[in-house]
Amino acid sequence: MKFSLEWLKQHLDTNASAEEIADKLTAIGLEVEELSNPAEALAPFVVAKVLTADKHPQADKLQVLTVDAGTGEPIQVVCGAPNAHAGMLGVFGPPGTYIPGTDLTLKVAAIRGVDSRGMMCSSRELELGDDHSGIIELPGDAPVGTAYTAYAGLDDPVFDVAVTPNRQDCMGVRGIARDLAAAGIGRLKPLPVPQIEGSFPCPVPVRIEDPEGCPAFFGRAVKGVKNGPSPEWLQRRLKSAGQRPISALVDITNYVMLDHGRPAHAYDIAKLSGGLTARAAKPGETVLALNEKEYRLEPYMTVIADDRQVHDIGGIMGGEDSGVSDATADVMLEVAYFTPDRIARTGQALGLTSDARSRFERGVDPAFLEDGLAILTGLIIDICGGEPSALERIGHPPIEQRTIRFDFGRTKALGGIDVPEARQREILASLGFALDGAEVTVPTWRRDAEGPADLVEEVARITGYDQVPSTPLDRAPGVAHPTATRSQLSERRVRRTAAARGLDEAVTWSFISEAEANIFGGSDWVLANPISEELKVMRPSLLPGLIAAARRNLDRGADSVRLFEIGRRYLGDREHPTLALLLAGDRTRRDWQSGKAVRFTAFDAKAGALALLEAAGAPVDNLQVHPDAGPTWHPGRSATLRLGPKTVVASFGELHPGLQRTLDAPAGAVAAELYLDAIPAPRASSRARSAYAPPALQAISRDFAFVVPADLPADALLRAIRGADKAAITAVRLFDRFQTPDGLSLACEVTLQPADKSFTDEQISEISKRIVAAAEKLGAKLRT
Amino acid sequence: MPDALLDRIAATRDLQELESVRVALLGKSGEITAKLKSLGTMDPDARAAEAPKIHAEREAVTTAIAERKAAFETAELDRRLATETIDLSLPAPDSVSGTVHPVSQVMDELAEIFADLGFSVAEGPEIETQWYNFTALNMPENHPARAMQDTFYLEPRTPGEEPYVLRTHTSPVQIRAGESQGAPIYVIAPGRVYRSDSDATHTPMFHQVEGFVIDKAITLGHLKWTLETFLKAFFERDDVVLRMRPSYFPFTEPSAEVDVGWSLEKGRRVVGGCEGWMEVLGSGMVHPRVIANCGLDPDEWQGFAFGCGIDRLAMLKYGMDDLRAFFDGDIRWLKHYGFRALDVPTLSGGVGA
Repeated sequence: MKFSLEWLKQHLDTNASAEEIADKLTAIGLEVEELSNPAEALAPFVVAKVLTADKHPQADKLQVLTVDAGTGEPIQVVCGAPNAHAGMLGVFGPPGTYIPGTDLTLKVAAIRGVDSRGMMCSSRELELGDDHSGIIELPGDAPVGTAYTAYAGLDDPVFDVAVTPNRQDCMGVRGIARDLAAAGIGRLKPLPVPQIEGSFPCPVPVRIEDPEGCPAFFGRAVKGVKNGPSPEWLQRRLKSAGQRPISALVDITNYVMLDHGRPAHAYDIAKLSGGLTARAAKPGETVLALNEKEYRLEPYMTVIADDRQVHDIGGIMGGEDSGVSDATADVMLEVAYFTPDRIARTGQALGLTSDARSRFERGVDPAFLEDGLAILTGLIIDICGGEPSALERIGHPPIEQRTIRFDFGRTKALGGIDVPEARQREILASLGFALDGAEVTVPTWRRDAEGPADLVEEVARITGYDQVPSTPLDRAPGVAHPTATRSQLSERRVRRTAAARGLDEAVTWSFISEAEANIFGGSDWVLANPISEELKVMRPSLLPGLIAAARRNLDRGADSVRLFEIGRRYLGDREHPTLALLLAGDRTRRDWQSGKAVRFTAFDAKAGALALLEAAGAPVDNLQVHPDAGPTWHPGRSATLRLGPKTVVASFGELHPGLQRTLDAPAGAVAAELYLDAIPAPRASSRARSAYAPPALQAISRDFAFVVPADLPADALLRAIRGADKAAITAVRLFDRFQTPDGLSLACEVTLQPADKSFTDEQISEISKRIVAAAEKLGAKLRT
Repeated sequence: MPDALLDRIAATRDLQELESVRVALLGKSGEITAKLKSLGTMDPDARAAEAPKIHAEREAVTTAIAERKAAFETAELDRRLATETIDLSLPAPDSVSGTVHPVSQVMDELAEIFADLGFSVAEGPEIETQWYNFTALNMPENHPARAMQDTFYLEPRTPGEEPYVLRTHTSPVQIRAGESQGAPIYVIAPGRVYRSDSDATHTPMFHQVEGFVIDKAITLGHLKWTLETFLKAFFERDDVVLRMRPSYFPFTEPSAEVDVGWSLEKGRRVVGGCEGWMEVLGSGMVHPRVIANCGLDPDEWQGFAFGCGIDRLAMLKYGMDDLRAFFDGDIRWLKHYGFRALDVPTLSGGVGA
C-alpha cells in the first residue's frame, strides 16, 4: 500500500515529519517497507527566469540565454528548445546537477564555441512526464530562485506500507490515518460525504441471483459524463501509489479504492445489453478480463453479467468488453459486497491477483457501500460532469454489530503492559470501537476483532510494544533438568560418532524424482504441485540423495567422499528416522608408505554401520548378518543386520552396479542405511554399572584353524566356538582366512579367562575338545 | 698398583680388548683372582692386613670395567643411531575427520539454550493433515494466509482422501504437543518445513524452530524476555537488541514480528549493536482458538509461540551467505562451514563453536 504524505494529510491533520510518521506506522503494526521522496533526485533544480534569448552565432537551432536563477548573477546557457524566450520562467539545473531523464551530469561546456553553464529542462529530462517538445514553462508568478520541487509540490514523501492480511481497513489511506490519529500522530479529519440527488431512475436494472457470493450491490448511473485525463492532483496521488493514470473515470474508481479501501467498478452503459445480474458463473463460461487474459469460470465464482455475457469476475477484475473509454458518455457504477471466502477461492483458482481482490478477500467495510458510492459519484460529477440517477440498492450487506465483553485487566494479564483503563478506552474509541461499560462494539470495518485478545492487541500496539516490560519466566530452583528424550540423545550420539569416524554430514532434499524413488521401491507420497520433476515424491530412502551428492562431489574432483545424513524416510504408514552413509572413491589415497590407493569395500560400510548402531544403543553383539538387503544392493556383497529373526536394524554393502547406469552412482560405492526407529530401547538401568573387578589371573589364548564348507558363514563358526564354553571363552577373533587344497581355512584366536584358579592342562584340553566338536557340527574340520 | 690396573682398562679400544683384560684380571686365573686365592695361604695377621686392599682393588677394577663397558656400548649405540635417520618432514598417514552440518549444530545449540530455560524438544510429522497445519492454527479453508504460504500438497492416496500437505511451518507441533502432553507446556520444535518457493534466497525445504509455552500467567512480557535471553545466548553477545512490532499471524493474538539490531563488522552485517534492523522471527500470544484446539481451556491457559528460521540463524551467526549450499552436500563447503564431532555446545563451554 503506497501513498504520499500530501494524500495522508487529506485525512490527517498533523505536523509530524515523514520520518516520525513512518516510525509510528511501523510501531503500530503498519510496517513501512520504504519511505522515499521522488523529489530528492530533483533537489538541485530551481525556478529561473530567462532574461535574454539570442540566436546562437554558430547554430541555427540553438539559442544563447541569460538566466536569473536567483543567484544575483545572470548565467549563460545554451538551449535548443524552440519555446525558449526572454521573460519566460522555467526550471534550471546548475553545473554538477544529475539529469535523471538523460542519465548525465551537467558540466560547464562550450557548445559550438559558446560557454553553457547549466541547463533549462524539459519534463522528460526531469522524468516528470513524456513531454520533450520544449522546456518547462512555469506561470509568471513562480518565485525565481526557489527549489522547483517545493514550488511544484513535488516534495512529497511516499510511504510504502506492508498491510497485514487482517487489516482490510488499512487498505485505504483513510484507515491508515485513523490508526495514526489513535497513536497520537495528529487528528483524523471528518469525512465529507456528498449528498447525491438522483434526477432520474437508474436505467440499468440490477439483480442478485447469487446472494451468497454477492449479498449486496449498490449502483447508480451517471449520464453525460466527459471522460479524459484526470486532473493533475489526482494523477499525482495515483502515481505516488504506483498506479498509472488512465482516464478520469478509471482513475476515480481506483482512487476511491486506494483512499477508502472500497473497490468499485464502472461499466460503459452503451456496451451493456440489459441489466446487470450478480450470479454464479455457468460451468465453462469464459470472460476476457481487463488484463486481456481469458478466464474459464466455475459455478462457485460470482460474476456480474448482462443479458448477453459476463462483464466482471465479481470483486476481482472487470471485463474488457464493457470497460469505460474516452468515448464513454453514460456509466453504470457498481459498489458491491462480495463474500471474502468466495473471493479468496476464486482468486486462488484463477491465479488472479488484483487490488480489488486483495481488499474483498480481506473483507471490505459492509457499512460503507452507500457512502462509498456517494463519494465516487461526487468525484465523477466534479471531474467528468454528468447527471446522477437515483440509487439502486439491491440486497443487504452483512453488517454485524459484534460486541465483546472486555475485562480491561486483560491488557496487563495477557499483554503484560500496564495501561490505565481510561487510556484503554480512549485508544479503543479513537479506533472506532464503541464502549458501553465493559461492552465494546467493534466497528464494521474491523472484521478481524473477534475477542478480548484482539482488544488487548489494539491497546498494546497503539501504546507501543516497546512499553512491554521484559519479564523473566519462572525458573525451577536448582540446576536445569535434562530434557532430551532417548531418541534425541541417541540421534545426537549417532551424528557425532559418524562425524568422529570421518563422515561429513549432508542435508539433502526430502523429495526426489519419481525415477529415483521407483528404483528404491517407489514412493507412497507424490506431490501434487512439485516445483520440478526432480523434487516430486517423498523419498523412501536416503540413498538417492547421497548418491547424487557423492556424484556431484566426484565430478568436482573429490578423491574420496564420505557422507552421511540423518533424516526421515516417508513411507505409507509414517515417517521413519533413518541414518544413511555412503562411501565412494578412495578409502586411502596412494601414499609413500602404503602404496597404491585403496578402494572402499563392503566391510568399511559394515564397520560404519556397527559403530553407529552401537552409538545408537543397539546390542551389537547380538546382531545377525542376513544376505538379503534387497534389489538396490550388490546381491553377493550386501546384507542386513538383524536383531532376532524379524527386526532389521540396518542394511549395508556395495550398491548394486546397476545403479551406476540408472542413478549415475559412483562405481564401487558402498553404503549403509540404519533404521533408527527399529532399534529397541535398551532396558532401563540405573546410572550405576554392574559390579566388576578385573580378574586376578591372566587370560590365555589358543589358536584353532578349521577347514570349513565353502558356504559356511564365518560368523556361524565364531558363534559356535564361543558357545562351546560360555564361562571360559571370553573372546573369539578370526585372524586368518585362506584357501587350502582341502578347502577354506579359517583360523581363530580363542581367549580363555580363568576364574579363581589357573586352568589345568586337562581343563584346557577339555575346552579344546568341546570347541572342535562344536565346529565339527558345522562341517568344519580341525587342521592338523 | 690399582692405578696401573685402571690404566690398562682405560687403554682398551673395544669390548673385545676389555673382555681380555677382564679375563686377565678377574678370570679364573686372573691376577686379582690369584691374589684373592693367596689370602687363604696367609697367616691371620697378614690376611687381616691384605684382605681389605685386595678386595678394594677387585672392587675398583670391577667398577672400572663396567663403566668402560657402558661407555663402549653407548658409543656403539650412538654409532648405530647415527645411521638410522629418517626424514620426519615426510607426511604422516592421513587421518580422516568428518563434520556436523551447521543446521544440526544450531539445533543442538538451541536445545542446549532452551533446556536451561526449562524447555524440552518436541517433534511432529512433516507430512501433515490440513487440520494440523492450517485449520487448528486458526487458518480455516480459504483463509488468505493459507494461500500465502505456498503450500505443497500431496496427491490423495485413496479417492476422496483429503490431501495431506508438507508442513509449511513447525507450528503444527503446538497442537500435537498440546494434545499429547497437556499443560503446562514448555517446548521447542525444530525441523524441516516446506514451501513451494525457490529463488536465490528461498529453497523449497528449509528448517524452522518453533517455541511454544502454555501456562497460567504467561504474558507478552515473558515472550519478550525469552526471545531476548535466547538471542543473546545464541549469538553470544550482550549487545543484542530486539524490537517487537505488532504484526499478524492467524495463530497468535496479539502478534509480534521481531527485529534484531545489526551492525557492520569488517563489511559484514552481524547481529548486535543497532545500526539497523532485520527481521528474524514471528511470534505472539497463542490465539485462544489454538489453545482450544490443543484440547485446553483458553480461559484457564495462555501462552506464547514463536517461529524462526534455523538456516537463517546459522547464516547470521556463522556467516554463510548462500542458503542453497546448505542442501548440496558439497564436502568442500561442509568441511569449511561444518563443525567437528566434539564441538558439542554446552553451557559451560559456550554454545558456539
